[in-house]
Amino acid sequence: MNITLTILGMAVITFLVKALIFILGDRVAFSGNLKKALEFVPVTVLTAIIVPMILSPHGKELELTWRNPQLVAATVAALLCAVSRHQLATIIVGLTVFFSWQYMLS
Amino acid sequence: MPTATPTRLNHFTAGVRDTVPMLIGAAPFGMIFGTLVATAQMQAWQGQLMSLAVFAGSSQFIATGLIASHTGMLVIWLATFIVNLRHMLYAAALMPHVRHLPRRWRWGLGFLLTDETFAVVDRYYRQHPQDALGHWYFLGSGLSMYVNWQTWTLIGLMFGAIFPQLQTLGLDFAMVATFIAIVVPQLFKRPHLLAAIVAGSTAYALQHLPYKLGLLVAIAFGVATGMLVSRFTRQDNKQEQITAEQA
Repeated sequence: MNITLTILGMAVITFLVKALIFILGDRVAFSGNLKKALEFVPVTVLTAIIVPMILSPHGKELELTWRNPQLVAATVAALLCAVSRHQLATIIVGLTVFFSWQYMLS
Repeated sequence: MPTATPTRLNHFTAGVRDTVPMLIGAAPFGMIFGTLVATAQMQAWQGQLMSLAVFAGSSQFIATGLIASHTGMLVIWLATFIVNLRHMLYAAALMPHVRHLPRRWRWGLGFLLTDETFAVVDRYYRQHPQDALGHWYFLGSGLSMYVNWQTWTLIGLMFGAIFPQLQTLGLDFAMVATFIAIVVPQLFKRPHLLAAIVAGSTAYALQHLPYKLGLLVAIAFGVATGMLVSRFTRQDNKQEQITAEQA
């Protein structure tokens, strides 16, 4: 039941992070540097997770080729998102390109 | 005119109503999360448990990806902590409006805090700074997000159970596409762009370190890069201002 324990631990951590300030009140203060650092957390975490999944989807060597559906679809999705800034369209088009590319190669 | 008298119910429903666009926006993410659960070798009830007990979308996605790649529990907890730290900033910003509330209200509203509810409630408090019933608005927004997230998680779980062959089709690309949609709009700011480049290349170079430690190093390098670049960018701006004033 390792996964269940992992989930329950996540729940406790998340709950404390969200609610602690409301409970402690004015006894905590954020430094300017910490605020600045937190601003970069989402963009670095999400990028760090997906870059290996895109560049080496089989977890081994670099697959910098048009035969890599992850790479092709991610490039299309990123370009579309940069131009349109439309989240849902990016996801739908990205998935469509990914599945059709995979289908054509098989 | 009975509607002219503000009641708890009025505030609650106003909170729900103003959150409707966020509910629609969160729906596909909840469904994708539910579908991904099966790809991570998790039981369906564990996926629902995560939505019920954790209730924080991005950390749920990340944890699911990490569980799928057999990451150690402590690394997942550390990642959860780091990813959710931003909620402390939200809570700090909303603190003046909840300070007077009983403790059980503050615990409850803290649990229901999300990016979306923060955006809606923060806007409301800016417009109604003296509202004595504002916490009912907060509750309406948070609770509707909660029920919405549970519902779409369940729909995604059922979808994943009906089409189990989806696992072999590489559905985890849904997560990649979702993250691209979140990240790319932020890359137009130079510090964020450089932070992402450093984080991405570090994560790629260190991907074979055990327990996904490379991920944590990548986050640290990326955040440090972002802070350094924004410091220099600020100095550039000051320099430009001085030059402009002199001219």
